[in-house]
Amino acid sequence: MDLTLRSITHRYGDTEVLRDVTIDVPSGRVVCIVGPSGCGKSTLLRIAGGLERAGGGQVLQRGHPPDGCLNPLTYVFQDFALLPWRSVAGNVELVLEDHPLSAAERQATVADVLARTRLDGFRDALPRQLSGGMKQRVAIARALAVRPAVMLMDEPLSALDAQTRELLMDDLVGLWTRQPFTALYVTHNLSEAVRLGHRVVVLSRRPGRVREVVDLDVPLPDRHDAHPDLVRARDHLWSAIRAEAAAADAELQDA
Amino acid sequence: MPDARAVPFRGGGFRPRGNRWAALILFAAILVLVEWGLRGGWISPLTLPLPSAVLATFGELWRTGALVDHMVPSLSRLAVGAVLGAGLGIAVGVAIGLFGLVRAGLIPLVAAIFPIPKIALLPLFVIWFGIGEASKWALIAFGTFTPTVVATYGAVDNVDRGLIRMGQSFGLRWWSIVSKIVLPGAMPGILSGLRVSLAIAIILLVAAEMLGAEYGIGAYILTAGSLYDLERLFAGVTILSILGVLVSAVIGWLEKRVLRWRT
Repeated sequence: MDLTLRSITHRYGDTEVLRDVTIDVPSGRVVCIVGPSGCGKSTLLRIAGGLERAGGGQVLQRGHPPDGCLNPLTYVFQDFALLPWRSVAGNVELVLEDHPLSAAERQATVADVLARTRLDGFRDALPRQLSGGMKQRVAIARALAVRPAVMLMDEPLSALDAQTRELLMDDLVGLWTRQPFTALYVTHNLSEAVRLGHRVVVLSRRPGRVREVVDLDVPLPDRHDAHPDLVRARDHLWSAIRAEAAAADAELQDA
Repeated sequence: MPDARAVPFRGGGFRPRGNRWAALILFAAILVLVEWGLRGGWISPLTLPLPSAVLATFGELWRTGALVDHMVPSLSRLAVGAVLGAGLGIAVGVAIGLFGLVRAGLIPLVAAIFPIPKIALLPLFVIWFGIGEASKWALIAFGTFTPTVVATYGAVDNVDRGLIRMGQSFGLRWWSIVSKIVLPGAMPGILSGLRVSLAIAIILLVAAEMLGAEYGIGAYILTAGSLYDLERLFAGVTILSILGVLVSAVIGWLEKRVLRWRT
């Protein structure tokens, strides 16, 4: 299933946040959105998954979600959004309980996604016992459990320290390589964008418009920080975003 | 190194830590002081009973079976009234937390009812529910209802919106979001509200038994009071205190069990 955002505009009161944003997320690809803080990237993601109503424009799902898909548009949140009173397995089960699945099917799905995110040994742990990186892996496992057509990832690694972020990026690349998923991935971190994105969309500062679209052809498993194409792409993105970021920063200070 | 000085520690204090014996020792010390004062004559026997005499009265209550005769009706009144009031209070509080219209309508109403001393309404309850058990249940239920409502909707308001949004984003049913996210999230606040509500229930129990009750702790205390029988009065009051401590312990135990997920 492809996801298309067509001419999305949005405003909060008098402030225009998004202006005529059109983004296409083709099936099996990871599209990253980068932009200075306050450019409306998170708002755009909330609109993409139906958590917020757009002021104008349309979000379209094209084609059919994959077989067994329980929740076509599935979020991974920056703050993990795990229920603190449920164990790791319980948090994954939560999103399956409202679907007509037998107990055995449910258990099988939980076991499968926990294995894929290497959380087997932590089934019964409570969120407060886990590190930030582990929590986000639980959230990713929960998202995988509903077999999403498109994953909407809102700065999923931003709350983590640099080393954990590296490890989780490797995990995400591994997950994608074994079973390609479709994702719209919002981040402010350019290294993340060039490591994980098949396409990087640069938004301008408020009101957010599409400033540039960069396609990256290097296969995900071959990517590493020193890859010359990626270094070039990152430098290019930074030069595109730098002036905007500086201006956005000054703007916030005025406000 | 010349001129080397150790850095003095200055980070202590401001972290009160418990001591399991402190309360018992303080309690015992007060009793010993009173006993000593009364026997020594520097406390007038008109002001306080001898603690040992209160203990003897207690023993007598136990031997004659009067303790059970008074406790059973009191505890059942407390249980029925508190379960009614707290149950209804939690339901209304959750409804206020979830529905805008209920909220707009009921918050001012609850605020208007809260400060009314429920004891003042006792005659009214007698007319509405008769002189029997129903009026006593109603008084206790009414008194526990308002504080429970206020604590509950506050707790529901404080549930992490991010978790609710997560539930919506996974397409959970409305009832699943309420029962699996909102209610457990509000549980800490509801339980600490219950601590207050149940203490109020015990206070109102005595008030309820002022009217037409032959048996009950409240009736026992009131009879003793009107006869100026200090030993019996204090024995009754002690029972109420023990009841309060027990209720608080039960809630503490519940908190430990239900809120195991907090640190």
